[in-house]
Amino acid sequence: MSKQPMKREETLGGTIVHGLPFPAELTPEALNWLRQMLPIRIEQDYAITYLHSYGQDSPWFAGLTNKVLLGNREPETGYTYATPRGHGMYDGGETEWVELPTEGRVHAFTVCHFGSEEFLPETPFVLALIEFEGADTLLLTRLLGLDPDAASLDWIGMPVQAKFLRNAKLKPTDVYFTPA
Amino acid sequence: MRPVYAISGGVSKFAKARPDKTFQAIVKEAYDYALDDIGMEHPQFIELVDGSVASYFSDHFSRQLMAGIMVQDYLGLVPKPSHRVEGGGATGGLCFQEAWKSVASGHMDVCIAYGFEQMSHVETWKGNEFIALASDVSFDYPVGGFYSGYYAMMVTRHMKEFGTTVEQLAHVSVKNYRNAYHNPYSQKRRRITLQDVRNSPMVAWPLTRLDICVMSDGAAATILVSEEGLEKLEKAGAHIPRPLVKVTGIGRGTDAMRMSDRPHVDYDYFMQHYATEQEKSSDETVAYYRGLWEHGFRYPGVHSFRAGRTAGNMAYKHAGVADPLHELDFVELHDAYTSSEIQTYEDMGLCRYGEGGPFAASGKAFMPGVDYGLDLPADPICPVNPSGGLIACGHPVGATGLMQNVFAIWQLQGTIDKHFGDPTLQVQNAKRGATHSHAGTGTYVTVTILERAD
Repeated sequence: MSKQPMKREETLGGTIVHGLPFPAELTPEALNWLRQMLPIRIEQDYAITYLHSYGQDSPWFAGLTNKVLLGNREPETGYTYATPRGHGMYDGGETEWVELPTEGRVHAFTVCHFGSEEFLPETPFVLALIEFEGADTLLLTRLLGLDPDAASLDWIGMPVQAKFLRNAKLKPTDVYFTPA
Repeated sequence: MRPVYAISGGVSKFAKARPDKTFQAIVKEAYDYALDDIGMEHPQFIELVDGSVASYFSDHFSRQLMAGIMVQDYLGLVPKPSHRVEGGGATGGLCFQEAWKSVASGHMDVCIAYGFEQMSHVETWKGNEFIALASDVSFDYPVGGFYSGYYAMMVTRHMKEFGTTVEQLAHVSVKNYRNAYHNPYSQKRRRITLQDVRNSPMVAWPLTRLDICVMSDGAAATILVSEEGLEKLEKAGAHIPRPLVKVTGIGRGTDAMRMSDRPHVDYDYFMQHYATEQEKSSDETVAYYRGLWEHGFRYPGVHSFRAGRTAGNMAYKHAGVADPLHELDFVELHDAYTSSEIQTYEDMGLCRYGEGGPFAASGKAFMPGVDYGLDLPADPICPVNPSGGLIACGHPVGATGLMQNVFAIWQLQGTIDKHFGDPTLQVQNAKRGATHSHAGTGTYVTVTILERAD
């Protein structure tokens, strides 16, 4: 027999109410009684569409739509970033674009069984930081093709391969990785 | 810089939700408590306080911009000078240090630092989303990044590099929950076991719900003074507890917002820039670190917080602390995750990098006199999070760092019994303690040293 929930899920929403209980006459006693009232809680909606600019990092997203993984390099030091960065942490100068390999290794990972509200429907999913030959920093990405119920430290060091969405969404999830 | 004393503090009850009051009125509870503890009332205090610093993290939670001035107004502190401080989870620690600066610099003689967060106005997973927006919204958040996930990635790397185990993580949770059982301010007061931690729902492998702090509504406040400020308050009738508590060390550090950008430096660079003086002076430790690097260890990577190490080293130098484990009587540190407490043991030099797991399970960071239901191999040396920490007390972000400092003040005054109604968590003869406040994935970190001024 399957396990049945013992508690109903709580949600917002409810009944539209007109008027609240309140003393009919504002006697001193009634005014004093107001301090014993429980708080009124209302729902306030808040939604906004941002016109978010990727600014100097835009070519990285354009690269993904063309199945190319880009990184940035400091011309002076050769220090290479696997996540885009317009100016170098060490030489302070403008970085140049370089092509990264599409193969790498898992540096660290987790299986998310919960998440931000926006991503809850996608759980469980695997997040991973990927290291690349020739790059000094990592890339945060989704890792597919692994059983989320079989998480293992053996996944660290695993060779992985970049995959690109055919229909790019201009999001960092246009690239994801699978075991090579 | 002038000597600065932390003379009083107050903490509201931390709870999952405080719909009974607005955030201003919750701060008022902490403010009134701090004043009452030195026998002052608002009309007297307002004549002598020079200004304030306000601490809160997110405008999103209450959908209210400039909430700091609304508190300043509600407390009756206008038109005194004030400013808001924001630095993620370290907001409260930064606020305390900003108040210290105001007094130490001579700008103020009496300064009150107050902080709050009211996180219950949104559902838990929306709250997680708001907190996740404190990561890069071009590259981290849209991948599904959120904080428990980030810390879980750090700990998988820690486990892989050093052999740290989930049972060692669970020791932190058992310790902090059982400590909090004796702290009436804490949100969670439960006697849990290692099995409870591992059996609780998985959030981000390997971290379970009991490895992670909870969201809270709450507030805290502390009063900092110069010697002149102390004199003015006492002349006005304040009864300031003795021994006084002096702020003797201030340290801060930062790191890259994106975990992926953290460097992986070599042995020589680590020893030159990050090793503690204690580590440098021990041949055995130098050899230990050389061995780590020979096996592929790089620093800080994603398993360590160089911001925490930087802040600790700075504060220790300021306060003259050479051997933190034996020269600090307690530490209140930012245990948003059991794993981050273990990482922070290492950053703060309570043990060496890589040894945080065994240290957590050793008993050295536990309180004497508390029954943990565990067979611990070592006696307590330096209790960490005797209050119960964030894991059990809760984490109303802007209040948290101040709450830690309030508990530290009470430890050093020897007044835990008075404030908790239970003496169990009083560290006996506490002379020096540290507080540690931490943001993001280790982006802003503060370490503050407080000492009993005998």
